[in-house]
Amino acid sequence: MRKLELKWGIILALPAILGFLIWNLGPMIASFVIGFTDWSVAGSPEFIGLANYKEIFFDDFIAKKSIIVTLYFAGGSVIVSMVTAFLAALLLNRKIRALPLFRTIFFLPSIVPAIANAVVWLWLFNPDFGLLNYILEIFGLSRLQWIYDEHQVIPSLIMMSAWGMGYTMMIFLAGLQGIPQQLYEAVAIDGGNWWHKFRHVTIPMMTPTIFFNLVMGLISSFQAFAQPYLMTNGGPNYASMLYCYYIYQNAFQYGRMGYASALSTILFIMILVLTLLIFKTSSYWVYYEGGRGR
Amino acid sequence: MEGVDNMNPIKKNSKVISKIIIYLILLVASVSFLLPFIWLVRSSFMDIGQIFILPPEWIPRPFRWQNYPEALTAVPFGRYALNTITILIFVEAGVIITSTMSAFAFSRLRWKGRDKIFSVLLTSLMVPYVVTLIPTFLLWKALGGINTFLPLTVPAWFGGGMFNVFLLRQFFLTIPYELDEAAYLDGATPLQVLWKVIIPLSKPAILTVAIFTFMSVWNDLLGPIVYLNDPDKYTLAVGLATFVGMYTGQWNYLMAASTVMILPPIILFFIGQKFFVQGITLTGLKG
Repeated sequence: MRKLELKWGIILALPAILGFLIWNLGPMIASFVIGFTDWSVAGSPEFIGLANYKEIFFDDFIAKKSIIVTLYFAGGSVIVSMVTAFLAALLLNRKIRALPLFRTIFFLPSIVPAIANAVVWLWLFNPDFGLLNYILEIFGLSRLQWIYDEHQVIPSLIMMSAWGMGYTMMIFLAGLQGIPQQLYEAVAIDGGNWWHKFRHVTIPMMTPTIFFNLVMGLISSFQAFAQPYLMTNGGPNYASMLYCYYIYQNAFQYGRMGYASALSTILFIMILVLTLLIFKTSSYWVYYEGGRGR
Repeated sequence: MEGVDNMNPIKKNSKVISKIIIYLILLVASVSFLLPFIWLVRSSFMDIGQIFILPPEWIPRPFRWQNYPEALTAVPFGRYALNTITILIFVEAGVIITSTMSAFAFSRLRWKGRDKIFSVLLTSLMVPYVVTLIPTFLLWKALGGINTFLPLTVPAWFGGGMFNVFLLRQFFLTIPYELDEAAYLDGATPLQVLWKVIIPLSKPAILTVAIFTFMSVWNDLLGPIVYLNDPDKYTLAVGLATFVGMYTGQWNYLMAASTVMILPPIILFFIGQKFFVQGITLTGLKG
């Protein structure tokens, strides 16, 4: 039996193992190596040492701006989306009528395809005929330029990503529903009010879920591509030059495969460092009830 | 202990007020989440003249349903739909078959190194698509796969993505192992256990994976943009993206085309809502 299980275990897991080697590990090593060459679409590649990295850090102001813009966008959209999602989940976690209806309404935006999302928001953001400026006017506020202004473009894109927080909300909601009711009852018996319940039961019990959403949200917001590609072309004045779009431009518009590979190595390192930081600090703030798990 | 009915009237009143406030917040939030959809649909039925009227009008007059056929024939959307469906079929098959296999191997069979390998494979979730894109593109270029559907479909046959394997494995772990043991005692092979015991019990989870896969193929933009450059090969997402470039300002056409693009995922969501919610819950349970 053991032998049989070993044999079939390896056979059945083989596609996934090969897939990891061919589509993940292999390309990552290759990308790292190509980053030291001047590989372009035409001509034969040559090793140029650290020249690509030198260019990124010392000469290419767009790359540096892109890193800052991406951190700004990723940080902003993760925080805003998570707060929105958490509040929505808290609202939905009460005994309310028509829960499935409200849940569906908040969730739907997250399944809108990126391209359709971009088209709709382009039209909403339109400074002259868009709905958002009209709403501002109703409230007596002045019009904004939204994605057409250097300083407003990232906040606008953050707002757009908060609209699509549905997945995050669903995971929060599942987490909230998994909190044992006895814990709340215990606080009530001790004379605690809603704030005590929230502060001493909800928050600690939700930290694993917050942790999960934080990591997943960060990784996915670092990969944002559709917004600059479809809506802003990275502008105005490179203010929305999100990193993935800059890699795409270098590789597939300028044909600079070597340079783009060096850029993507930096992206990977950034994500790795951030994720490790979150994992490292997690022991201080993530609460796991008595050694769950297998 | 006193019954709930005898609750002190002040407390009862404040309960009612807090209920009203909650519904009010829910209502306002719902309207703001729905507004982009309403804006999209109303624009898609409008005449180009009416679309620019300020303050905005909400009822299309005249009701121009012709925007839809006109937008959809302006570029070969039929061709794009066919391409998307072709890719979808091959990806779905690859993902469902190989992720079920792998999840079975990583949860129901005991073999040396299993959990170590699994946690190594899981790290691929942290690798952004663009990081591996360039070498993968160069590989496909060397193999002559550019402008074919191969780069978009073949990788799905290698485990179908660790997210799906993870989701299925989580589900498989909830099935009592006694069922496998009973089958083995009757002389079943591991493949038979997978086919006759695990798969019939895991239909909801497999369906969830199928729905997630549909969404990711339907939404994929970067892959098709990089690998397909012949307009005949475009997927709907790329087709719509080029349509945006060609018809700038024709907001009614753009909105009609976008509505068509949004509809299938939404319909699928309503059909598979139960599985969808279950699937998300399952992935969120333990990070």
